[in-house]
Amino acid sequence: MEVGVMKMVNKEKLGLKETELRLGLPGTDEEIMAKNLIMNSNGKRGYKETVDLKLNFSDMDRTDDRKEKNLHKEKTPAKAQVVGWPPVRSFRKNIMEVQKNGSEETTDKTGMGGAAFVKVSMDGAPYLRKVDLKMYTTYQELFDALGKMFSSFTIGMMDFMNESKLIDLLNDSDYVPTYEDKDGDWMLVGDVPWKMFVESCKRLRIMKGTEAIGLAPRAMEKCKNRS
Amino acid sequence: MVYSFPEEVLEYVFAFLSSDKDRNAVSLVCKSWYEIERWCRRRVFIGNCYAVSPQIMIRRFPEVRAVKIKGKPHFADFNLVPERWGAYVYPWISAMARSYPWLEEIKLKRMVVTDESLELISKSFKNFKVLSLSSCEGFTTDGLSSIAANCRNLRELDLRESEVEDLSGHWLSHFPDNFTSLVSLNMSCLGSEVSFSALERLISRCPNLKTLWLNRAVPVEKLASLLRRAPQLVEFGTGACSTEIRTDIFSNLVEAFSGCKHLKSLSGFWDVVPAYLPAMYSVCSRITKLNLSYATVQSPDLVELISQCSNLKCLWVLDYIEDAGLKALSSYCKDLQELRVFPSDPYSAEPNVSLTEQGLVTVSAGCPKLQSVLYFCRQMSNAALIAIARNRPNLIRFRLCIIEPQAPDYLTLEPLDTGFGAIVEHCKELRRLSLSGLLTDRVFEYIGTHAKKLEMLSLAFAGDSDLGLHHVLSGCESLRKLEIRDCPFGDRALLANAAKLETMRSLWMSSCSVSYGACKLLGQKMPNLNVEVIDERGPPDSRPESISVEKLYVYRTVAGPRADKPDFVWTMDEDGALRFS
Repeated sequence: MEVGVMKMVNKEKLGLKETELRLGLPGTDEEIMAKNLIMNSNGKRGYKETVDLKLNFSDMDRTDDRKEKNLHKEKTPAKAQVVGWPPVRSFRKNIMEVQKNGSEETTDKTGMGGAAFVKVSMDGAPYLRKVDLKMYTTYQELFDALGKMFSSFTIGMMDFMNESKLIDLLNDSDYVPTYEDKDGDWMLVGDVPWKMFVESCKRLRIMKGTEAIGLAPRAMEKCKNRS
Repeated sequence: MVYSFPEEVLEYVFAFLSSDKDRNAVSLVCKSWYEIERWCRRRVFIGNCYAVSPQIMIRRFPEVRAVKIKGKPHFADFNLVPERWGAYVYPWISAMARSYPWLEEIKLKRMVVTDESLELISKSFKNFKVLSLSSCEGFTTDGLSSIAANCRNLRELDLRESEVEDLSGHWLSHFPDNFTSLVSLNMSCLGSEVSFSALERLISRCPNLKTLWLNRAVPVEKLASLLRRAPQLVEFGTGACSTEIRTDIFSNLVEAFSGCKHLKSLSGFWDVVPAYLPAMYSVCSRITKLNLSYATVQSPDLVELISQCSNLKCLWVLDYIEDAGLKALSSYCKDLQELRVFPSDPYSAEPNVSLTEQGLVTVSAGCPKLQSVLYFCRQMSNAALIAIARNRPNLIRFRLCIIEPQAPDYLTLEPLDTGFGAIVEHCKELRRLSLSGLLTDRVFEYIGTHAKKLEMLSLAFAGDSDLGLHHVLSGCESLRKLEIRDCPFGDRALLANAAKLETMRSLWMSSCSVSYGACKLLGQKMPNLNVEVIDERGPPDSRPESISVEKLYVYRTVAGPRADKPDFVWTMDEDGALRFS
């Protein structure tokens, strides 16, 4: 299977827009995706109509579009975390977490105080990537980021004949996210609370489903032993 | 008859010119002045590593001793620039290794630096003195070993805020036993423990050491020993101060600090147990800069410390200081020039501390020299902004981050246009501005009208239409850097103001409404700009031209399109065709 080459797929033609992997609120299309705005339930004002100056900036179509988008946003979840907002550098992000953990030392996997870079491998991919687990606060965020990171490989693996939608990498039974914990065991991602996962994860491996049989029961056992 | 000074005299006079602006002006006077000046320019600053090539720099300035180069756009700090985007320093190092054997200083910001580059630096420049890597990445502690081992005359090693792959703390032990020239060491971004005895010996044998920023791994009980060996320190950053308080540790610390008669700047304090803070009281009256932004202590303890620092000029602190603490600050620290308040819990929906707009208003009223502000908070009002503007017309930098995007004036629910309008109207010397909260095109009208000295503007989730962007581009005469994310700005304003972009260093727009077609047009119209489309969805050609690009980075350049682009960056060139790397 070709994995090294990024195939230039015309996604529009194949109607795959909806299933594209990306960071963004659900239900957004390409135009709205760019906005990625957060709902403010405190009486947020809609966009005003623009004024027609010599530069002809009035654009009735645009205003209508925006009204539509505002309505659309009404339906989306109230709080989704936006990439890079608030504008806080990564080494500052972990202050609160450290406080909450009390005297527990955060293990520094790299130099950055509080960063937790781990290698991520995906079966069949020609090279590995690295992610900083401290950048995320939930499993979904991590999965979204991983999906984006490895999407170039999944395009190559797509089955054109079936016209199947782009495989949602980590929800599909074909691929299973696993990690190696401090004890050296391979665990299924998602069983333990996020914070516990970040503390114990040494590396990630996105395994082909066929190899992942038997992992889940061990993960349960491990969790019970811990608590 | 033409009289002219001998070259040597002109050279002597030019040596007094340190500012690039002055030297550039001198170069334009006539051809001979251009020639003389270029041979004696020793310091070069390159604000955008892709605006010029190493070859062009070397050709014009053959005798350079110090370079400062900046790479990625500022928004890279917040993960908006994808990995592998660029800003590799190696081509610069390799070119300079051949042409500048006497190079002494390399200062880099937001660049990718490899161990290979570091090794090359350590072996190519016999008189190398200063290495400063600010917010850089791509290297490991092995690279630092090369620097330590080979740079016999090293004075400064500053790794501030860089991302270093920390393989071990062994690198510090590579400084030879006869190495004594160290003046400044900033290793605060590293995680691994260095050999403490190696550190002690290093400090003992470097009598000129003035700046020492330790990393988190140096525990508080070891600080006294270090301070006793370096009582001449001017800037000191502790490691973690979380060891349970003991009288002997505390009294050792008190004694060690009292021996430091020249200390002006303190930093570090990771996880500091509040009971340690009084150990520093003896130096507080001399302190001008205090970085408590890693100190998770509550307001009363912060106030205790700050109230002793009557000469404080610069304070970085977490929002644990709260409005009450800022009130104390404003009454004790009348010399305060710079204040930065960082969020302790930026992602929680609810405020965890009692810090509001009031704190900033109080400081603006009580500190007459306040000129630089970075403030994270959860609520703001037009009234507060207007008060701040009226109190402090001498503001030069004003960066406000209201954590909730598009948050309105919490009292009136209006946009914050008039508040920020007051800021730009009153603060005529304002050079840097970051906006947040609910903002319409109106605020940009104010900015375009009043902010004539503004050099850098950062926008997020603001504005209604292209009119907003047009106001800024057409009105802000001094604008050099504009960075925008998630604003409804698009093609019209950009194309109408294309010429303006050549007068600026760079423009960043992400998650806006700029179409691929407009990017192509801009690239065609403006041959002196690199119009880079960053799009991780695949080639822009595979989508209709009207579709907005994910990210756009436009910068002026004399080096042409860059050759090291990753597969998700496209340069729009003069033929209107896509150019791959």
